[in-house]
Amino acid sequence: MLSQQLFNALVLGSVYALFALGFTLTFGVLRVINLLYGFYVAAGAFAALVGVQNLGLGLWAAGAFGVVVAGLVAVVCDFLLLTPLRRAKAPELSSLIVTLGGVLLMNSVMQIVFGAEVRRFPARLLSQDALSVGPLLVAPLQLVIIATVFGLVALLFWFMERTRLGTAIRAVAERPDTAALMGVNVGLVVGGVSFLSAALSATAGILIGLNFNAVQPYMGESMMLRGFAIIIVGGLGDIRGALVAGLALGFLEVMTAGYVSSNLKEAVAFAALILGLWLRPNGLFGRASGKRA
Amino acid sequence: MMAALDDLLWSYQSLIYGLGTNAILGLSMYAVLQLGQLSLGQAAFMGIGAYAGTLLTLKLGLPFPLVLAASALVPAVVALVIGLPTMKLSGVHLAIATIGLGEVLRVAYINTEFLGGALGLSGIPGKSNFWIIFGLLAVVLAGFILASRSKIGRACEAIREDEDAARVMGIDVTAYKMTALVISAALAGLAGALNAHFSSFIGPNEFAFETAVSILSFAILGGVTTPFGPVLGAFVLTALPEVLRPLHDFRLVFNGLIIVLVVIFLPRGILGFRIRRTGG
Amino acid sequence: MLKVEALTRAFTGLVAVDAVSFEVAPNTIHALIGPNGAGKTTLFNMISGLLAPSNGAIAFKGGDVTHAPSHVRARLGLGRTFQNLRVFGEMTVLENVLTGMHPRLGAAWPLSVLRSPAARVEEKAGQAKALALLDKVGIADHAGRPAADLAYGDQRRLEIARALASDPALLLLDEPAAGMNPTETAALGDLLQDLRREGLTILLVEHDMGFVMRLSDRLTVLNFGRKIAEGGPDAIRKDATVIEAYLGTKVARKLAAAS
Repeated sequence: MLSQQLFNALVLGSVYALFALGFTLTFGVLRVINLLYGFYVAAGAFAALVGVQNLGLGLWAAGAFGVVVAGLVAVVCDFLLLTPLRRAKAPELSSLIVTLGGVLLMNSVMQIVFGAEVRRFPARLLSQDALSVGPLLVAPLQLVIIATVFGLVALLFWFMERTRLGTAIRAVAERPDTAALMGVNVGLVVGGVSFLSAALSATAGILIGLNFNAVQPYMGESMMLRGFAIIIVGGLGDIRGALVAGLALGFLEVMTAGYVSSNLKEAVAFAALILGLWLRPNGLFGRASGKRA
Repeated sequence: MMAALDDLLWSYQSLIYGLGTNAILGLSMYAVLQLGQLSLGQAAFMGIGAYAGTLLTLKLGLPFPLVLAASALVPAVVALVIGLPTMKLSGVHLAIATIGLGEVLRVAYINTEFLGGALGLSGIPGKSNFWIIFGLLAVVLAGFILASRSKIGRACEAIREDEDAARVMGIDVTAYKMTALVISAALAGLAGALNAHFSSFIGPNEFAFETAVSILSFAILGGVTTPFGPVLGAFVLTALPEVLRPLHDFRLVFNGLIIVLVVIFLPRGILGFRIRRTGG
Repeated sequence: MLKVEALTRAFTGLVAVDAVSFEVAPNTIHALIGPNGAGKTTLFNMISGLLAPSNGAIAFKGGDVTHAPSHVRARLGLGRTFQNLRVFGEMTVLENVLTGMHPRLGAAWPLSVLRSPAARVEEKAGQAKALALLDKVGIADHAGRPAADLAYGDQRRLEIARALASDPALLLLDEPAAGMNPTETAALGDLLQDLRREGLTILLVEHDMGFVMRLSDRLTVLNFGRKIAEGGPDAIRKDATVIEAYLGTKVARKLAAAS
């Protein structure tokens, strides 16, 4: 019934919002559209899977493992792909193109290494008993997801406002040259942002992987395409917009799947994307920019 | 001699035809990229042309030239309709919107029985042949070369370098961009129909993200300063996996790697020279 | 020639241009001056169509162009150079000027693409005219070089030649003398006077006061987005509000006390 669907929407939407947040972080600070971001969804999920199946880790440990692995992979990839472009002061679209190639490369490698079939997390990880909370049936996993997302978002805000690295990141986001002059180690900040945003992406991937109990090499791709819709509708680089749009998309998808047709679920994101571009190209909370006559 | 050539053509038919249609796709990418527009809708338009052409052949039995004309026209009209709102978008928004288009269509194809659903359409008669494909390629290439060397080519280069400065010089940038988009869509649709009529089968997954990126890789490898660039890029990237057998399974890996390496080390592509025109 | 009425441009939190009105008479050199940040380039961007006004109207040659796209204004005869040099670096110097000539190359595009005799004649004529323009600004020797290879001062001159290529009626020059030494500035001044003699109207933004005072027929002074004074060079030179805007109140008072 409706309240159940709304709850499901909250769960899905919060993962989407988390995913969009990490992407917004990358774009807002580094000013690049990094399409590899979607890859880290799969990277994190597979790493967590390996953690559980091959390393015998528990749920939380495997999750942390997956996140850290993805973060490290991101630092390496970003260093190899994006740093040369930054040094050459290449135009913005070059980073889009190079990461486009990168994601094709990494996804294919992933498929070759892990095979294309869908993997599942072992059943023992997930307690199957649903709790009754008022009129809702709530799976422990769903609570885990919501708690994780809200916790991470709060942690992220605390980190950005209260720690030195966080402040350095915000400085670099606003004025990289000035920040460098003030002694901020820009290389460290860039690496930190790469790690952080990939960690968010990987977390989203692990949570989605657990939620639908499906992990496959191209899972990042469908997330990424949803991510596009979210950040475009929410506004490029706009954190509030990303959170709101993420939740909204989760809501739209669950409602469409529940009340219209589950086949059209995927089309919702792209329809939203196209409508968003058409009606509000500057995002939900649109920022005034110099428009031509 | 002719018999040997015939044999060669027969066994490698698919590959050779593929070289031609991919070259046309490369030029479709060139049309927009030479204005500095990263429109990645070629795969989507290719799909529209392929489906339109296939339906006209299978359901209505129309003669091939008519089918080809329609398969160029339909995507062009679609481009006209969706193109206008996107004109105000910056490069990044355009890239994302056009990738999104391909995905929307893919879902639409899968969910439409009339279009064969997830299984696609099969039994397409082999109406494409060497002369049609390469003849069209030659005409299109010649058109691009001539345009590049004229004041139109000059205007395109100006737009690519600095849109606002071009505007202030009296160049109707929006008209150029729209025209480029429509031409790109028409060419992609044409390639899609030509392709369908020697592949005997088309499915919804052939016209999405990976294809869009592959087409981009043709243009990136070859460079977009001259129309020959994307054609060469298409030839190389289509032929190489066939010539180097071990590479075949790694085709996507290879494409991705090519894009990465070329963007970083050879930003202007293999053929990085500028086209010669009056005053140039 | 040009009439700007109550033109306003607001960004979130800042009004860059505040209800500015002025007129540029035909065949004159009119200067826009004011301290940094006074809104001069924003005004230029609105007049050339690259920025939409929040309010107000712009009339060119008697017709309203407030919402006309830039390329239409160019075709009507409005030319412009940029403060931060925007030549087409990868094209040759000659090609840059030919690009500027675009609105006057009337051959229909199919004829141009197919290189019909008419189109070829037009191109040849265009080339000759472009070379003449390059000669006029003094860089004809560099015609075949990529524009990005030129020295700074020569690139400035290229921008002017390019803007002149379309036979404009009004030329907007955004800091044309920036970064030039006295000899170059003097040459530029001579060039602008020649152009005026030939019938051109010029609206320029400049910081070089000597240059501007010697050259201009009329000046409009902006500060914080508003017009604070307008008149001939002598009147402006002595205007108290102008002095205050540039030098600050203390200095203005001292000057007033001393005179």
